Amino acid sequence: MRRLWQGLLAVLTLGLGRRRERRRDEGEGDSGGGRGHDLVEPGPRNPGTELGVAALFLLAAASAVAFIVVYSLERFPAQHELFGVTLAAAFGFLGAGLIVLARRVLPSEELEEDYPEEEHVEAGIEAATIVEESGRSITRKRLLTAAGGTAGGAIGLAALTPALSLGPWFHTEPLRRTPWRAGRRLVDREGKPYRAEEIERETFYTAFPEGASHRTLGSMLVVVRLDPARLRLPRERADWAPEGILAFSKVCTHAGCAVGLYRKPTYPPTQPPPGLVCPCHYSTFDPALGGEVVFGPAGRPLPQLPLAIDGAGELRACGNFSNAIGPAWWGVNLEKPS
Amino acid sequence: MIRRALLWLDARTGAAPLVRKGLRYLFPDHWSFLLGEVALYAFIMLVATGIYLTLFFEPSFGETTYTGSYAPMQGLPMSEAYRSALELSFDVPSGLLMRQTHHWAANVFVAAIVLHMIRVFFTGAFRKPRELTWIIGLLMLFTTLLEGYLGYSMVDDLLSGIGLAIGYGVALSVPVIGANLALGIWDGPFPGSTVFESRMYVAHVFLLPILIATLLAGHLALVASRHHTQFRASKRATQRRIVGMPAFPAQTPRSLGLMLMTAALLFLLGGLVQINPIWQWGPYETYQATNGAQPDWYLGWLIGSLRLMPGFDLSIGDYVLVPNPFWGGALFPLVVLGVLGAWPWLERRFTGERGFNNVLDRPRDAPGRTAFGAAFFTWVALIFISGSADRADVFLGLDYESQIWFYRVAVIVVPLLVFFVTRKVCAELQASDAIEEAREAAEEEAKAEAVAA
Repeated sequence: MRRLWQGLLAVLTLGLGRRRERRRDEGEGDSGGGRGHDLVEPGPRNPGTELGVAALFLLAAASAVAFIVVYSLERFPAQHELFGVTLAAAFGFLGAGLIVLARRVLPSEELEEDYPEEEHVEAGIEAATIVEESGRSITRKRLLTAAGGTAGGAIGLAALTPALSLGPWFHTEPLRRTPWRAGRRLVDREGKPYRAEEIERETFYTAFPEGASHRTLGSMLVVVRLDPARLRLPRERADWAPEGILAFSKVCTHAGCAVGLYRKPTYPPTQPPPGLVCPCHYSTFDPALGGEVVFGPAGRPLPQLPLAIDGAGELRACGNFSNAIGPAWWGVNLEKPS
Repeated sequence: MIRRALLWLDARTGAAPLVRKGLRYLFPDHWSFLLGEVALYAFIMLVATGIYLTLFFEPSFGETTYTGSYAPMQGLPMSEAYRSALELSFDVPSGLLMRQTHHWAANVFVAAIVLHMIRVFFTGAFRKPRELTWIIGLLMLFTTLLEGYLGYSMVDDLLSGIGLAIGYGVALSVPVIGANLALGIWDGPFPGSTVFESRMYVAHVFLLPILIATLLAGHLALVASRHHTQFRASKRATQRRIVGMPAFPAQTPRSLGLMLMTAALLFLLGGLVQINPIWQWGPYETYQATNGAQPDWYLGWLIGSLRLMPGFDLSIGDYVLVPNPFWGGALFPLVVLGVLGAWPWLERRFTGERGFNNVLDRPRDAPGRTAFGAAFFTWVALIFISGSADRADVFLGLDYESQIWFYRVAVIVVPLLVFFVTRKVCAELQASDAIEEAREAAEEEAKAEAVAA
């Protein structure tokens, strides 16, 4: 550390000594009348400030060295913060030095000149004329333009054609496909089947199809249990919720986030009924109404999956979802999921 | 020495006249002219730190198990992308500094662009002959938004996944071609195939940066060829005469100083202020979602617009034509882009003014533009703020649904109010300016008379 300081001091004295000498030279040159005029207005003379600027530059150097030192040490708790501080100090001191130099030492003349010419009418007309006159010998201008345009368009299309390999652009049926089939068991993340008796009220469960990927949008379910007497399901879904256990697609029909919140009333008479809520844009779906949208931007109900309880007391799907899962697209409702 | 070097260069390139001209290029001086420079320097920082990050980041959805030094995630299955981002943060010395500085630089970059754009709008700097500069700037802003979105999306943490799910929903919602578009981009239904990560990566580190750099070059070339606008700071500054400091020696050290100060600020933020702590979000699973995580600020206006939209898909019977996310996620930003892009020509239609403009307006000088700008800005800002209604619910206890209904009304009513109030204020300020001028003129006259007497 001591040696570092000595080095810095040496650099400082050397640098200052040299500078002073050079200034004397310049002064002599000026008095001799060697130059007729100045291209640059003489700046303010601030020898004191120059010392300050040099000090700032050296501080920048010291900070940069400090960064290197911090980097070369073994890992220690505040190392990351010190990286930031030392590097910021290096750039900050150098920047401050430059700004002081510009404002206090270098000339800050205010000059004026004309804005560039607004228009080059003559050149523009001449350029256009060159183009026009170049085509004078053409007799079938329209034909050539049309043919050339056709060639350009066709080649453009051909160049774009390989982009079709990027993905299944025209095969949209995977959007409707889900792994749910009648008889498929509902399992948890570890693959353990859900038993009806495990499903409690006032909470929700995430379920997947047994033996299928958990990652596809069509696989994940949210399962809740409500009081069967309070269900107001559409008539054709009367038997979709055994014991009041309901299963819905966990993918919001608005923008595809996981419907990860369950709003359950703490004080049922005064608070709104249970709702499945998407945390991205707060679309709220009423499970008792079969997933109807009760608030938020979603335009379609949450698709419901028909459930049954098998002989072993485990939950099984009785078919596929009531409507297409996930965010909507043009004509989404035309076909049921498959 | 300098002479010899320049003459050597000139003999081989013929650059001396250009250099001489460049050194004396004039910069009119005003603090607000620095906003664009800050954006430029943030971009340089993004490129520099970004290149460093690419040397460590593995853009792959390939599955692996975490074995790095962050204990809570030991043994967790995750993608190579997320693992390498964690490793960069915990096990690469100065890796976290570079990652956080990169992220901060992105936030500062967009903020500087937006502030710069606001300055340009309200001073009328976009007018003839600078409409193209304005358009290029706008395109740069929107490219940057996509660039930032891809940046935090390709890390493949939970926040990435949620953001991508929403992007997928918006892509699907595009009328007619939405389903094809989404399947093509993601190479299959969400979450897409493994090549999707490569696509994000090449777009984020190559295609979009090059596009931004190209636009930036065009933007700066146009500024230089038409020269900078100026305020009427002195009698000498007119439509035909530019008054300012020369590039050298006055402007260069100032500008370099600003660049270094920007770098210092970003490194200080990157070192001391945590941003996007990816280890808190965890790896993305499609069945997970969280409402504590917020995207970068510059996407807040789109979150707001997606949330504010009343719940309907535009349909005929059962036939869905326009799904809901299209309004907030695609149409809204396109409308903002369209209105701002068309504004130079719209304004010309209203005012009938066709001349060249090198002198800037003060906002009060153009009440119509200022009123429209204030109203338009209020509209976007309210939608932006509505995106934080859930935070207001959590922290202030304001009922979420009531807030949304309030904003749905406010985004229509408040901008109208702002329009009329702003126009009135501008008119009053102009009137008081006129009185002031008249008074000064009268005083001069009185003085002159006194001297004569």
